[in-house]
Amino acid sequence: MPDVTPLPAATPIRMGSNAGQPRTRADGLLKVTGRATYAADNHPAGMAQAVLVTAAIARGRVTAMNVEAARAHPGVVEVYTPANRPELALEPDAKPSFFSKLTETLQDDTVRYEGQPIALVVAETLEAATEAARLLAPQYAAETARVGFDLAPYAPESVGFGFPIEMSKGDIAAGLSEAASTTETVVETPPQYHNAMETHAIVAEWKDGKLYLDTPTQAPGMSAAGFAAWLGLDPADVVIRSPFLGGGFGSKAAVVGAFLLAIQAAKLLDRPVKLALARHQMFGHVFHRGATRQTIKLGMDAEGRLTAIDHHTTAVTAAFEEFIEGASGAARTTYAAPAIRASHDGVRNDVGVPGAMRAPGEASGSAALEIAADVAAEAAGLDPLEFRLRNYAETDPMSGLPYSSKALRECYAEGAREFGWAGRPLAPRQMTDDAGMLVGWGVGTATFPCPMFGAEARATLRADGTAVIETALIDMGQGSWTAMAQIAADSLGLDVEQVEIRGGVSDLPDSGVAGGSGYTATLGLAIDNAGGDTIRQLAEIASSDPDSPLHGTGNTRVVARGGRLYAQDDESRSESYADILARAGRETLSGEGKGARGENDANDHSFQSHGAVFAEVKVDPDLGQVRVTRLVGAFAAGRIINPRMVESQLSGGMIWGISFALHEGAEMDPRTGRILNRDFGEYHVSVNSDAPSVKVLTIPEEDAFVNPLGVKGVGEIGVTGTAGAIANAIWHATGKRVTSYPIRLEELLDL
Amino acid sequence: MKSFDYLRPETLADAIAAGGAPGAAYLAGGTNLVDLMKTGAAVPDRIVDITRLPGLDRWEWLDDGGLRIGALVRNSDLAHDVDVAQTFPAMAEALLSGASGQLRNAATVGGNLMQATRCPFFADPTSSCNRREAGSGCAAQGLSARAFAVLGASEACIATHPSDFCVALAALGAMVEVAGPDGTRAVALTDFHRLPGAAPQTTTVLKPGELVTAITLPAAAAGFRRHARYLKLRDRTSFAFALVSAAAMLRIEDGIIAEARLAFGGVAAKPWRALDAEAALKGARPDADAFATAAARALEGAAATAGNGFKIPLAARIGARALTLAAAGTPAEMPVLPGSVHLGEPAHA
Ligand SMILES: Cc1cc2nc3c(=O)[nH]c(=O)nc-3n(C[C@H](O)[C@H](O)[C@H](O)COP(=O)(O)OP(=O)(O)OC[C@H]3O[C@@H](n4cnc5c(N)ncnc54)[C@H](O)[C@@H]3O)c2cc1C
Ligand code: SF4
Repeated sequence: MPDVTPLPAATPIRMGSNAGQPRTRADGLLKVTGRATYAADNHPAGMAQAVLVTAAIARGRVTAMNVEAARAHPGVVEVYTPANRPELALEPDAKPSFFSKLTETLQDDTVRYEGQPIALVVAETLEAATEAARLLAPQYAAETARVGFDLAPYAPESVGFGFPIEMSKGDIAAGLSEAASTTETVVETPPQYHNAMETHAIVAEWKDGKLYLDTPTQAPGMSAAGFAAWLGLDPADVVIRSPFLGGGFGSKAAVVGAFLLAIQAAKLLDRPVKLALARHQMFGHVFHRGATRQTIKLGMDAEGRLTAIDHHTTAVTAAFEEFIEGASGAARTTYAAPAIRASHDGVRNDVGVPGAMRAPGEASGSAALEIAADVAAEAAGLDPLEFRLRNYAETDPMSGLPYSSKALRECYAEGAREFGWAGRPLAPRQMTDDAGMLVGWGVGTATFPCPMFGAEARATLRADGTAVIETALIDMGQGSWTAMAQIAADSLGLDVEQVEIRGGVSDLPDSGVAGGSGYTATLGLAIDNAGGDTIRQLAEIASSDPDSPLHGTGNTRVVARGGRLYAQDDESRSESYADILARAGRETLSGEGKGARGENDANDHSFQSHGAVFAEVKVDPDLGQVRVTRLVGAFAAGRIINPRMVESQLSGGMIWGISFALHEGAEMDPRTGRILNRDFGEYHVSVNSDAPSVKVLTIPEEDAFVNPLGVKGVGEIGVTGTAGAIANAIWHATGKRVTSYPIRLEELLDL
Repeated sequence: MKSFDYLRPETLADAIAAGGAPGAAYLAGGTNLVDLMKTGAAVPDRIVDITRLPGLDRWEWLDDGGLRIGALVRNSDLAHDVDVAQTFPAMAEALLSGASGQLRNAATVGGNLMQATRCPFFADPTSSCNRREAGSGCAAQGLSARAFAVLGASEACIATHPSDFCVALAALGAMVEVAGPDGTRAVALTDFHRLPGAAPQTTTVLKPGELVTAITLPAAAAGFRRHARYLKLRDRTSFAFALVSAAAMLRIEDGIIAEARLAFGGVAAKPWRALDAEAALKGARPDADAFATAAARALEGAAATAGNGFKIPLAARIGARALTLAAAGTPAEMPVLPGSVHLGEPAHA
């Protein structure tokens, strides 16, 4: 692999004409014509169908299963239970990687949450497997399930993915005691379960000593390594095909036990096996956003400037494994104060292990902090936007580092202008519309970090002057095929049409993780570097070839454009890629690139995307029915590669915020720890008619430090800010401060 | 899923003969039955697909101006017919406020009448549920939840009937035509569903083998066309069942209510027609006080279980609102958000 020499950070790459264009989806036609293949669309010859059997209690033991009846059902191939559990190379309690979580592979008869795998049935048909699963008729010895917040809290090891459970600066006690006024707000967020359109699915086939998996993953390389570790394989022998995901949102990166079982069944039965989770099986085994109870104490001086932010989160996690929703992180990143404390503890419930869900930490944290900010603004007698401006963080609130860029002030201003915020009455319940509906306006600050994980890509110029990019690129709907091609084309001095992207398979260069809103930045940079490396080599060939018009230019003094290299100081000297390659007798020319954050960059700057979301709601004064009539979000997220995809990500995030505020939440039966609404009909996510008007503005933001592309991230930030803005608008409409999500109409009734 | 025989009779007589066997279930659009088969709550031995029965997939205007709707008419088709919607606007609004476009395209009107409660324990074969399995208990009792009934419930079952369509039908005075081994009969929609009492497993008056062939709306019901609304409170704007809903219809003559109809959804195991409230409104002026008093009267016998007490005043309020909006006049066009108290925005604005 050639050395990667990233450009000095202070000179952002000059983008060609491809980036910045609102290109439509490269895969759009495939998708609307049904030719985009998702994991469960694969049916290799001889494939058997597996059905997962999951526990119907939250805590206890399986005491009996009628395996005989299941085996006897026509078409059944095999039934796996703890009695004949397929062996794994690693114990299921092993954690091969940092992102791994304890999972279940029939290791024993205990049940630690509803929806836990307790058996796997394999049959010739889905119907036969389904019926055999029913015939198993598990019997249980149930124990009292632990449900809710009011259990003994404990101090977790870490928060989110490895953050300390408490971070603080300044003197909180002094900041609160010396404040002119203080407020305390307690907000609860419910457990939210992953419900992407595509449920988790896998088709496993062992062939020629290799394991081929069709399965959606947000991180093909990491997943392949994870599967390999559990199965005792060389990672190179695990090939994951994952060109498209029907939504990932954080749930499709870590290895889950159900998949290991299907893979082992395929091995033992010596035939391909398919397993697709049923919708109700999305509620437990495949991660969820854990419930939080957040207590936020704010101290202010007489002008409404914060003297202290004390944000404590009690997060519900699993009884057997830890993932703590890092909600208090919002206090570290949103508003300035001399004293800030962001602390967490956990309570253990009999639930599946929580994990990342779109904007993990920030979504829940912002949903609470933005309510608390509004409570404080009210106490200070300030307009909520003015309150936020007074507490604007000029530098990172916790670390004090300068921001690599921060156009939040512009977001507030442009968003407010577009929304028409000026003239908003300070007091609640002041506005009504012609139909007598109460009208309210609310604002929320959006913020999300800009992490970068590692990624690799290879660029190859071909004899005809076109190019191919190779990397295990996945597209989970965010438009990465499209945006990456634009970056690739610019880095290679070609049109998008001349660049083929070969991706979706894990044996290509590792595309990293499509998560943390860092995919475009990280993989984009890898692709850009790969293109740059290729062009550098091409220039070297031309420059050292006496027959080339570019002879002697050296590789630093050429420009790549439109499939030709030009001498920088004399554009009359130029040659096409095809001609350079032909004369050099080369069929292809490849370059490689990596994308990662510069080693010391994070010591010098704080990297955050920002935004401001404005919400208008109408609330029926007698009946409490809420409608979010308008949302305006203004976001500053560095360089925008494809405005169309970005708008879609941001507006999609904002609609998720509507869902957070008004719709989503698992309803637990406190008596049993079971989820009452475990299907698509009853687990509500927002529908189109809940989001009549969602407007997205992107605020131009040059960022010379975040990475050489100047790209931040847009995948998750839209969720943040929005839920709080809606809750605040509901208060403004009704005068009722509801502090428990989702906000239900009965809480708005004057009874 | 459990293996079953699949029969697709071509005649009503064959269907009735096939459907009378123990363990048989009629299949129409399948949007409810198939879901319950997937969860294991329904395990029929025999599916009798009635979708090919002749003549049941259309409606006809009767000579007297009434409407006879075949049981296999799809919810969407009925709601989108201009004549139907103009003559029975609250019914069309109720239909369009239900489920989602895709479901309405598949769901039949007969199936809508027969749909099962959405009580989560009913759909889960591992929970005790008297309605699904007589005498097994009621897992819902003691749970704090919003969805359960405030009228007509019993110790044995507190579930609600989820239909929107039926609420409008109850107010309209619809009749249900039934065919069975003993011939045909007509039952008032308000008598069709049973309150749970001690035997919640029997949800309608249908006897084994009987099926719904049609729903008829009397000509007189068209007299409410100028003052008719269906309103529905729910947790999202579409694709959600009613928390509480109300169908209200008025005939107003010389500024006086000549006749009123009021029925509620989401409050009981059947669509709840409020005859007392209707009687109280007759002869009254159509004003807010009269509506509030009448609607409150409809809830007089209501009783809450844990977590649903708010539904009692809320039902009274939505009843009053539906009456108020009905008095103001049926909208010239179907509201952008059918059943919503919000006006909504013009599509594609
Ligand atoms: C997610 C979801 C949301 C929904 N939301 C709403 C809503 O908001 N409002 C609303 O009103 N409805 C709603 N529905 C219910 C929907 O309207 C019903 O599922 C549908 O009307 C049933 O019609 P079907 O033809 O599909 O019935 P099927 O599923 O075929 O049958 C349902 C039942 O009726 C019986 N049956 C069918 N036809 C006859 C007949 N002619 N005679 C005797 N028995 C018969 C069947 O045996 C079965 O027991 C929703 C459904 C789903 C799945
Ligand atoms: S309320 Fe009715 S349907 Fe629900 S569990 Fe009880 S008996 Fe069954």
